[in-house]
Amino acid sequence: MSDMAYTKDMFEKVKRESYHADEINRPTIKYWADVWRRLKMNKLAMTGLAILIIMGIMSIIGPHLSGFNYYEQDLFQKNIRPNSTYWFGTDELGRDLFSRAWLGTRYSLLIGIAAAFIDFGMGVLYGGIAGIASRKVDAVMMRIAEIIYSIPYMLVVILISVVFSTAGSGTSMFVLVFAMTITGWVPMANLVRGQVLQLKEYEYSLASESLGASKSWILRKHIIPNSFGPILVNLTLTIPRAIFAEATLSFMGLGLQLPKPSLGTLANDGLAVMPIGLFYQIMIPSILISLIMFSFNVLGDGLRDALDPRLRK
Amino acid sequence: MAKYILKRLVLGIITIWAVITITFVLMHSVPGNPFATESRKIPENILENLKKKYGLDKPKSEQYIMYLENIARFDFGESMKSSSETVNQIIARRFPVSARLGVQAILIALIFGPALGAIAALYQNKGPDYIAMIISIIGVSVPSFVLGSFLIQFVAAKVDWIPIGGWGEFRHTLLPSFALALMPLAQFSRLMRSSMLEVLGQDYIKTAKSKGISRFAVIMKHAVRNAILPIVSILGTTVSDLVVGSFVIEKIFGIPGLGQYFTISVFNRDYTLIMGVTVFYAFILILAMLLVDIAYMLIDPRIRLTKEGH
Amino acid sequence: MGKLLEVKDLAVSFQTYFGEVEAVRGVSFHVDRGETVALVGESGCGKSVTANSIMQLLPMPPAFYKNGQILFEGEDIVKKSDKEMQKIRGNKISMIFQDPMTSLNPTMKIGKQIVEGILKHQKLSKDEAKKKAIEMLELVSVPQPEKRINQYPHEFSGGMRQRVMIALAMVSNPELLIADEPTTALDVTVQAQILDLMKQIQDKLGTAIILITHDLGVVADISDRVIVMYAGKFMEEGTTDEIFKNPKHPYTRKLLGSVPRLDMDRSESLHSIEGTPPDLYRPPKGCPFFDRCDEAMIICKDYMPEKEYHTDSHYSYCWLNHPMAKAASEGSEI
Repeated sequence: MSDMAYTKDMFEKVKRESYHADEINRPTIKYWADVWRRLKMNKLAMTGLAILIIMGIMSIIGPHLSGFNYYEQDLFQKNIRPNSTYWFGTDELGRDLFSRAWLGTRYSLLIGIAAAFIDFGMGVLYGGIAGIASRKVDAVMMRIAEIIYSIPYMLVVILISVVFSTAGSGTSMFVLVFAMTITGWVPMANLVRGQVLQLKEYEYSLASESLGASKSWILRKHIIPNSFGPILVNLTLTIPRAIFAEATLSFMGLGLQLPKPSLGTLANDGLAVMPIGLFYQIMIPSILISLIMFSFNVLGDGLRDALDPRLRK
Repeated sequence: MAKYILKRLVLGIITIWAVITITFVLMHSVPGNPFATESRKIPENILENLKKKYGLDKPKSEQYIMYLENIARFDFGESMKSSSETVNQIIARRFPVSARLGVQAILIALIFGPALGAIAALYQNKGPDYIAMIISIIGVSVPSFVLGSFLIQFVAAKVDWIPIGGWGEFRHTLLPSFALALMPLAQFSRLMRSSMLEVLGQDYIKTAKSKGISRFAVIMKHAVRNAILPIVSILGTTVSDLVVGSFVIEKIFGIPGLGQYFTISVFNRDYTLIMGVTVFYAFILILAMLLVDIAYMLIDPRIRLTKEGH
Repeated sequence: MGKLLEVKDLAVSFQTYFGEVEAVRGVSFHVDRGETVALVGESGCGKSVTANSIMQLLPMPPAFYKNGQILFEGEDIVKKSDKEMQKIRGNKISMIFQDPMTSLNPTMKIGKQIVEGILKHQKLSKDEAKKKAIEMLELVSVPQPEKRINQYPHEFSGGMRQRVMIALAMVSNPELLIADEPTTALDVTVQAQILDLMKQIQDKLGTAIILITHDLGVVADISDRVIVMYAGKFMEEGTTDEIFKNPKHPYTRKLLGSVPRLDMDRSESLHSIEGTPPDLYRPPKGCPFFDRCDEAMIICKDYMPEKEYHTDSHYSYCWLNHPMAKAASEGSEI
């Protein structure tokens, strides 16, 4: 140790201009860019997103690709397995399953998205009002919401579909979406209400004058960015739930009005011919449904993780 | 503690009442009004019974009261189409079938789901974790009817011993129970995994370890015990999902349960049947939620005792 | 000789996503039977890691023992398996933790949690264990112990919970008690009570204590010796008297200066040490305190100072100890 040569200048005091705070070497990234970055790292979530985008595109152009339309029947070509003309095969009435499948995807997605957005709208409205209102009104509103939420979702959906559909030809899209949004908006309302209550708290605890914080500023900078995340995650859960509900309804004969296909009605139709060995007819819509649900699930998971501040990498 | 139970009980009763009322209103809003004697072709003897039971020619409000009275007596009604059985008789015959299916499914899910999730958490980011997570993701993404049909096609059709449908022996219950169980199993597994991970990071796990007790004891007595709580809290919705799943599964596998019957009556638009079975289901579901609430309260001492006003 | 605990050149690192973080970078110390040693430093300096490593309580991936020995009653803990450690934990060495709110299992009765430790290490029946648990609660001054053993943690206040933790730890009369910031999460008044309790127990049972803390005020009363740690290395060690009356290391002096004193002038601002500790992902080659030291010299940046003893029990690692530094500070050429 003492083989080091010590010189006098080594022991001179270090001059510092001022103490500089340690440079924080990692650059600060904007919040949403960071969330997107973290989401991108999640390969599974990205796969889900990719699948959804592809399915979305296919649902728009798919029905036009095969050259057949979805309702034309050709009884000489019924129940043909997938081949080069009929890429997904044909059904009992000789209709091209490729166009039907992608059109069905379109309708299923539309139903799901519509239901989710109505849930969102109602939730925001109800939750917003409850949050702004007086304590008493708020309490009553939340009690009512609690009761509504306790009502078994599917039972109500089934009942409404039964009542407002015509036997044998199915339910209109409007009724379907309506039925599915009856009880599902409650979690969203809770979320929004929570945020509005926070806004109230900011108002009371901040000395508004001294900080010059106006309601709209707080709304823009805090409330909306903060709620955006959980709302987004919530959406990735409601959409598949609605699609799943529609499929279940179809199995009970309450599906989309004929001859419009949805993935659920296609699956139900396919079930009928399964015993005679035409498994492809139920397999194709089943796989499509599963893909949609899988994608939303992993995307939702990924979003949740990307938004969670504790998981910062 | 009693206060909590009471609150949940009242909520349950109000909810049942809401369902009953909604059912009544909806059934009477059917375009074309099936209860109006002129517009439906109903056999004479049935019509007489219906009139007596539901007061079909009386004003709506009176009909409503009669309906409520019926239900209070646990009389769930009669079929509009056939005079052979009352809803009660049908329930008595078919519900045990569905119940057995449901119970088996829940047991499978409750035994294997948390176990899978716990293993995934303990071997985080290693082999067992990935396998468990793949199973879980598939489980929550593949609807039970999809799974059911795939199972019939690829298992029952190939294996002699496993029938493709029907009911009667244990082997008839295998595939449908499994098809029903996979989604809740996967949900439990995912929930358990994240719950375990959170619990394992808690200080009291370290305390337990510092006492020198075995790793097994730490996991079972301290980690699992706390990690399982969230699963209990979603049991209510799980039962609900199982009931809905049973509608489809019973149809696919040809199982003579209540779900299948419900599906048929929906298809036939047998409104009195639909009403009766709906209300019965509502009872079951709300009862289930109440029991789950109570169970949760019993298991988590923090809820139990804070309610007592500490 | 039989030192109770002897740590030699201990180095502990964490293998993380982006590389190795060296939390403890070569420390040596000992603890004798019945004495109290305080390990003092800022958050993140490695004192907790040191403490946890004595009982092999660190999560072993990602943590790993990079170097060194931990000799407890002559045996090297680093080499022991988890199973062997189970015989030591809660038995010969015990630990209490910082946050009493989260350190106890919320769904298990207090009595059961205490009895668990008793049954593991002592051959007693369930009833006898229960009696012992009540005795332990009496030892730590929890009132109405027979009633309280059937209660749950959330029915206790913070201070009470820490008492329970101590009871839990002392159940098998361990030779060594490691207390990781036991008072940090408590109210000031309760802090004093807990420290007193620890002192009482030590007097009664002869337990050695390692006290981890960042608060020098806590140290003065109950410790025999003090070790000052920074960025994974020891900076200074001595008896409590020596450290408080004659601190040699600039960091120690700053720490002492930052303890608010009753006789301070109102107008004096509270001293805090500017800056933050270095990132242990790429630990500095020289003295870790270089960036924040008022008396830093050029040599301090690239070279780690040597150990210099001031008395038999008092040493520090600082280039200021070097004769050439003393010469330079005298201002004139020598």
